[in-house]
Amino acid sequence: MHQGCKIHIENLNLTIGKQSILKDINICIPEGKITVIIGPSGCGKTTLLKTLNRLTDLYPEMKVSGSIVIDDQNVLESGQDITEIRKKMGLLSQRPYPLPMNIFNNVAFGLRISGRLSKRILHKRVQHYLEQANLWEEVKNRLHEPASKLSIGQQQRLCLARGLAVDPEIILADEPTSALDPISSQTIEHKFLELRGKYTIVLVTHFLQQAQRIADNVVFMYLGEVIEQGPSDEFFNNPQQEHTKHYLKGMFN
Amino acid sequence: MRKTSRIEERFFRVLMFFSTAFIAISLLLIVFSIVYKGLPSLSWEMLTQEPKGGFYFGKEGGILNAILGSFYLAIGATLLAMLIAIPVALFINVHLRKYKKSTNFIRFLLDLMWGVPSIVYGAFAFGVMIYLGVRTSLLAGIITVTLFIIPIMIRSFDEVLKTIPNGLLESTFSLGATLSETSYRVVLRQCIPGFITSILLSFGRAIGDAAAVMFTAGFTDSIPTSLNQPAATLPLSIFFQLSSPIPEVKARAYTSALVLTVIILLISIFARYFSRKYEKNKIRF
Repeated sequence: MHQGCKIHIENLNLTIGKQSILKDINICIPEGKITVIIGPSGCGKTTLLKTLNRLTDLYPEMKVSGSIVIDDQNVLESGQDITEIRKKMGLLSQRPYPLPMNIFNNVAFGLRISGRLSKRILHKRVQHYLEQANLWEEVKNRLHEPASKLSIGQQQRLCLARGLAVDPEIILADEPTSALDPISSQTIEHKFLELRGKYTIVLVTHFLQQAQRIADNVVFMYLGEVIEQGPSDEFFNNPQQEHTKHYLKGMFN
Repeated sequence: MRKTSRIEERFFRVLMFFSTAFIAISLLLIVFSIVYKGLPSLSWEMLTQEPKGGFYFGKEGGILNAILGSFYLAIGATLLAMLIAIPVALFINVHLRKYKKSTNFIRFLLDLMWGVPSIVYGAFAFGVMIYLGVRTSLLAGIITVTLFIIPIMIRSFDEVLKTIPNGLLESTFSLGATLSETSYRVVLRQCIPGFITSILLSFGRAIGDAAAVMFTAGFTDSIPTSLNQPAATLPLSIFFQLSSPIPEVKARAYTSALVLTVIILLISIFARYFSRKYEKNKIRF
């Protein structure tokens, strides 16, 4: 089962007090594919995503057990260099959180903290990643304006560029299009399809159509449990579990 | 039902209007009385000279000693307090963010320190000075005032830092930033406009306080040239002149008060201008 898994989650449990948020999760996230996690609100999708790069550390009330193995390294083991692990994963959150600085520095931030670069190379790299995120043309003449002046859609693409700039292997995306207009959403979706292969993408979404459009692999969660997981075609055309069938018919929510 | 709610609405509107008017009128009255009583004695000599022999009997001289003394003291104390307050505030809000019990305990201690009157800080510092056998000096004044404004500064920084959304921290950590890189390169930038207001508030307390400096910085007619010399301050200058029976000297007390008010006003305007430069980078959530 380890074969081909970029991220291997085993017996993952997460509790807040007596409440169980994630129950005995076992997932294999294949390398270079888009894995989409779907499920109704409050089923633990976002929390699962946050345990992957240990953002759960920010919330002391969350108790995590089990193992998440990424490249033979258990992320949850204490004593791991958490900043190094996080560099492997770029995060796109539900709404963009640009850094309080200008557009150029937003992308340069990650490059700078990973090591010193000459001005020329830094500029080249920033341009490269802004192009990757389809933002360069729109901002090339205003690189020194504050990022706060960009529209939400542009900010989200800036966050994508910023995330790609630290050269991650995995992209974690938490409903990255839910605050965006349809066109910006489409840009992000297309981008994901282009980036597939080079990056392992884990996308949380509550749009079934979005999942259908871009997923290679689907994980369906309900009330903190993984109900069903598998390749996209099988999942949508021939679901095995009752819950999944109900959800796909739109009988939840 | 509709009628009562309409009366209620009107009642609170009127109440709000009167409260606001009350504050505005109080402020105007204070400023007016200071200007009215202080302006006639305001002269170039007042601002640019030290007190001469007969100054406290209404003769020539000025309050330059107190103006400069107050500036040295307030600027020194504010800078020193910032050196301590910024790291502590960031530490509580970024590094210790998840340890609610410890942070609440630290906040409780700071609130207690905030509640201690400045005269107590003065008395405590005076006791230490006697024990060490040192005399009143600018340095002793600066240290005492620093101690007294630190809790004010940390707690007001703290309130600004609390507005940082978890999402911004999560994004920054996800880029592989350490806690300190997050604190000093991201969080601090986001908070600069709020911090400037906090620093201004602390500066105002530092320059306006008489009790903490009375026994520590002392009072003198000369301008301090080193940290070891005593220094005069505007609040004490007001205090000594106002307690004089001579009308000319009393009038000069108001002039000193006018100078103090104008200094605080100028600093506010300067701080506003400065913080606006950083406001544009701030992300609105």
